[in-house]
Amino acid sequence: MVRFDAQLSTDKPISIAILAMGGQGGGVLADWVVALAESQGWMAQSTSVPGVAQRTGATIYYVEVMRAREGAEPILSLMPTPGDVDLVIAAELMEAGRSVLRGLVTPDKTTLIASTHRSFAIVEKERPGDGIGNPTVVIDATDFAAKRTIAFDMEAIAVKSGTVVSSSLFGALAGSDVLPFTKEMFEATIRAGGKGIESSVKAFSAAYDRAKAKSNDKVSALPTKRFDALPEKAGHPKLDRLVSRIRSEFPEEAHALLFAGAKKVTDFQDTDYAEDYLDRMLRLLALDRKVGGEERGFTFTVQAAKYLANAMAYDDVIRVADLKVRESRFERVRKEVGAKADQIVYMTEYMHPRMEEICGTMPKAMGLFIENRPKLFARLDKMVNKGRRVQTGTVFWFLGLYMVSALRGRRRGTLRHAREMQHLDAWLKQATDLASTNYPLAVEILNCRRLVKGYSDTHSRGLSKFDRVMSALPLLAAREDGGDWMKRLRQAALLDEDGVALDGALKTIATL
Amino acid sequence: MAERSFAREVEDLKLGDGDIFRGEGILAITKALLQSGVSYVGGYQGSPISHLMDVLADAKDVMQDLGVHFETSASEAAAAAMLSASVMYPIRGAVTWKSSAGTNVASDALSNLSSGGVTGGALIIIGEDYGEGSSIMQERSHAFAMKSQMWLLTPRPNLPSIVEAVEMGFELSEASNTPVMLQVGIRSCHVHGQFEAKDNKKPAYTLKQALENPISDVNRIVLPPASFVHEKEKLEKRWPAAVEFIKSRKINEYFGPETGDVGIILQGGLYNSVMRSLQQLGLADVYGNSRIPLYVMNVSYPMIDDEVADFCIGKKAVLMVEEGAPEYIEHTLNTLLRRRDIQTAVSGKGVLPLGGEYTTPVLTKGLKTFVETYDRLLLGNQPPIPDPTHVLQDPKIKALAEVVPPRPAGFCTGCPERPIFAAMKLVEKELGKHHVSADIGCHLFSILPPFNIGGTTMGYGLGPASASAFNVEADKRSIAVMGDGGFWHNGLATSVGNAVFNKQDGVILVVDNYYSAATGGQDIMSSRAINPRRKTNNSIVNAVKGIGATWVRQIDRTYDVAKMRDTLREALTTKETGPKIIVASSECSLNKQRRVKPEFAKAVKDGKRMVKERFGVDEDVCTGDHACIRLSGCPSLSVKHTDDPLRDDPVAAIDNTCVGCGNCGEVSEAAVLCPSFYRADIIHNPTGWDKFAARMRAAVIGWLQRRRQSKRVLFAG
Repeated sequence: MVRFDAQLSTDKPISIAILAMGGQGGGVLADWVVALAESQGWMAQSTSVPGVAQRTGATIYYVEVMRAREGAEPILSLMPTPGDVDLVIAAELMEAGRSVLRGLVTPDKTTLIASTHRSFAIVEKERPGDGIGNPTVVIDATDFAAKRTIAFDMEAIAVKSGTVVSSSLFGALAGSDVLPFTKEMFEATIRAGGKGIESSVKAFSAAYDRAKAKSNDKVSALPTKRFDALPEKAGHPKLDRLVSRIRSEFPEEAHALLFAGAKKVTDFQDTDYAEDYLDRMLRLLALDRKVGGEERGFTFTVQAAKYLANAMAYDDVIRVADLKVRESRFERVRKEVGAKADQIVYMTEYMHPRMEEICGTMPKAMGLFIENRPKLFARLDKMVNKGRRVQTGTVFWFLGLYMVSALRGRRRGTLRHAREMQHLDAWLKQATDLASTNYPLAVEILNCRRLVKGYSDTHSRGLSKFDRVMSALPLLAAREDGGDWMKRLRQAALLDEDGVALDGALKTIATL
Repeated sequence: MAERSFAREVEDLKLGDGDIFRGEGILAITKALLQSGVSYVGGYQGSPISHLMDVLADAKDVMQDLGVHFETSASEAAAAAMLSASVMYPIRGAVTWKSSAGTNVASDALSNLSSGGVTGGALIIIGEDYGEGSSIMQERSHAFAMKSQMWLLTPRPNLPSIVEAVEMGFELSEASNTPVMLQVGIRSCHVHGQFEAKDNKKPAYTLKQALENPISDVNRIVLPPASFVHEKEKLEKRWPAAVEFIKSRKINEYFGPETGDVGIILQGGLYNSVMRSLQQLGLADVYGNSRIPLYVMNVSYPMIDDEVADFCIGKKAVLMVEEGAPEYIEHTLNTLLRRRDIQTAVSGKGVLPLGGEYTTPVLTKGLKTFVETYDRLLLGNQPPIPDPTHVLQDPKIKALAEVVPPRPAGFCTGCPERPIFAAMKLVEKELGKHHVSADIGCHLFSILPPFNIGGTTMGYGLGPASASAFNVEADKRSIAVMGDGGFWHNGLATSVGNAVFNKQDGVILVVDNYYSAATGGQDIMSSRAINPRRKTNNSIVNAVKGIGATWVRQIDRTYDVAKMRDTLREALTTKETGPKIIVASSECSLNKQRRVKPEFAKAVKDGKRMVKERFGVDEDVCTGDHACIRLSGCPSLSVKHTDDPLRDDPVAAIDNTCVGCGNCGEVSEAAVLCPSFYRADIIHNPTGWDKFAARMRAAVIGWLQRRRQSKRVLFAG
């Protein structure tokens, strides 16, 4: 076949790239676009590269559509060309970012439709700290790279309608006016499909309206935290006393965190314990004032308010039992699993007590007595150290947990409490000793409490990281930038489980 | 039973003369086979040709009507050997697999087949797994065509061309007594398009007729002296016959002007990309009109010397567009032009990259250099070439690279392999890191985060064999992992047999998820479902014992992490010599959910008492260390920030896609992590007794809860 043609046509197809992860219905969406175009007498071609990506990885579906021309078959491409894509649909925020990185989004021609919800990648989830990628970086990039961005939480719209995100993406596509088809034609495409039509149409319409309204969702780099204002009345004289102490004895900068802290330690133990908390805080505040904390916005006091509360409300067996048996928890579980009123829900807890925890819950002398006899300890450990499935919804198991939680009254006499307080005092001493000579470093020492968390092995790993970070203190104490280095150490400690990054950071510090 | 049902697509296989078929490339190939009067089809599943196998498996009645025999072959070697039916008899047969992995496995049979030659049309459809999204090594199937002297079709990537290639392929095979390979890329397998269908054809000569009228001919057997004759035949008879057929049927195509100073020779599969590049350079339009003459090789091997020479004569230069390394066609082209003393310059890998996928930008760059060198005036007033570079160089976009995370493939929600590798991680913590020989299949995802387990992977069913050198005295043993798919494909003899015979003192872990899961959940020998057309339920344990293994443990619920861990530890430490074989069995979650979900919904609808399990995290108890995630990687186990101002790190959270497999609880229990996980049993349609018990429990528990609440002094909220 030989063809001659002096004049080349300037017709171009509309190119559409869909970036989705497994289970998001990217294939369905591509099929809808093809069906819609074909139903209007257009030519359409779609293709994809699923491969192993169908198992949780990200996949690109690529569609080209164009108006049919009598007697001429268009040659359509099987893959997007960077810089030459009219429409990019990203089923998740980071996938929108990926489409920009691949050069698919350009200011001269690309409309970007992105759902702003997050589905975290494994590297974000597995960090011992906070590994979540900053969403504002993505929004900055997409706003810069796209001709127009339609970005809102389409997943939420889909879930609300009982369907998957492909339906709301299709709605946003209809609302974007990139394809010259009416809303009715889009809807007819969904209706011509198989199952779940009503919920799909519902999500489609809601997203269509949002896209038409041109109101994008704002994303924020920092998680939103709830700071309650100090109440006038807290419902009990003892609580009122705590509130009024915070109000009268502390600077306003610290009020919100002190209130949160007082709430937490009261919940952990009782109001007396909260009084202890405020007493300790008062001493720290006095020091803070003495070393000129006022000019620094009482940073030392504010951070102490946060981490002292966490340190005092440590994670022990009593607390776990207490949290597990509460009525509010029973209700929350029902809500979380979406149980309907006529359904019955039972919980099974996966617990694995070891002799260490049992000893910790004993009165100090008794706990030490057993711990100092390794053979006895090992024998007892053999009896208790195994996984237990605790069915909290049944009377027998409930009573068990209920009794453990009732040990709360004696908590301050336990071995664990003694150890926690010892650790707490040592930690605070390190911070207070340095407050006058190196204020920023003292604040960072307080912040390092973040490293101590978890139970059992996790807890000991946290403690050991805390110790390793603190081991750098002699090297940093005299340095003006000691606080910055301490912060870097802490960040490194939260990067991986074994502390490989932390070791590297410590080596760097040793060479300073 | 495959992951996807193709009941609807099967209807498309019944289309007749003049009907318009709309669908995926691989389904079009399936339809084309039936239109060609094929007698038998075999193959081994794998991307991108799994759907061909799955559709045929679902198309029982269509196949029966036409008298077509369809077989899910045990391996690609078995499939290739099946083509032997076309050696002596005028019977058309087709087999299919993923290339080049499958072609490697099949090559023994293919060599024998092409030596003796065929009487009936023999077509090998290979899905070339190459380029973006490919899961295997990057190699060219072209080499197999050349070394065995089979013909290789590379049609343009649109449905009518692909369908025509199938039909023409059988004819070419018969005309030249040579098996023919038809190569399609991943994208063309998945491309949606349309073509005008024809009626399906019953085979002219049936398998039954052949079986009842056997023919034998020593000249077709690969034994000297016949094999020497075959070589002569290949070069002197079959090759010229093929060339003649390809020429006369005009299988290769020409586009663009008849003459020009430059021309482009390309493999058919690259046609659309080359056209898009020419379009971007202002040298072509979307309707296929080109300013440069194109010679499209719908047959990549053999080269039709006269056609190519004629195309080159009178041109200053030609560009050979050939994807992958090495550039076999370019070599042949140069040889041809030297032999015939044609002075046309040949450009190819000189302006195009040696390896890698020929995407539009890559081609555009190469084409531009080529035209600028040899026919600069052609470019004229070219439109701006799409180029995102200025965008990508902006600091805002560069910052993005730090934030956008990679998304490696991982185990699905509820996957029964997750607890196996969680257990292996736990053993690793006790006994140290071990050498792990991995295999092909879903379990290979264990090599990626969060598990990061595995050292090498050598091929399907070869995991344990690839650990065979490590059969020496040492303080640690090797661990080899192999899936049930690999086990039946090659592993039983090549890996387990080898290990038993050589007294290989290592651990062999067979991951049995009841299906060939990674390729889409096809049934295999040990599948537990009853498949009326296949014999399933063949025990892996019996098989390994049958060939002499003695230390064999079966774990029938992989979610039991503690048992899994203890068994692994025992295998690594026992005094017994020889292979220690652990068969870890639980059903693939994707397939299980596909089966169970509708059943569950129906039972609930019918008012039956049903218990649904799912997991949750008590966020007050979770401290945000994420050790649980490092031992899981489950898509439904994620993290979330709480609004508690005292907390810095996000806590674990389980979303509503949880299928309640139990891994979270088992892992946190076995690894002594933390008590924040709970399993919720949700009783749908509770019985009278359920309701009574729940009321009683609620009364006692509620009383205790309220009693404590009233005594405590707490802030609200």
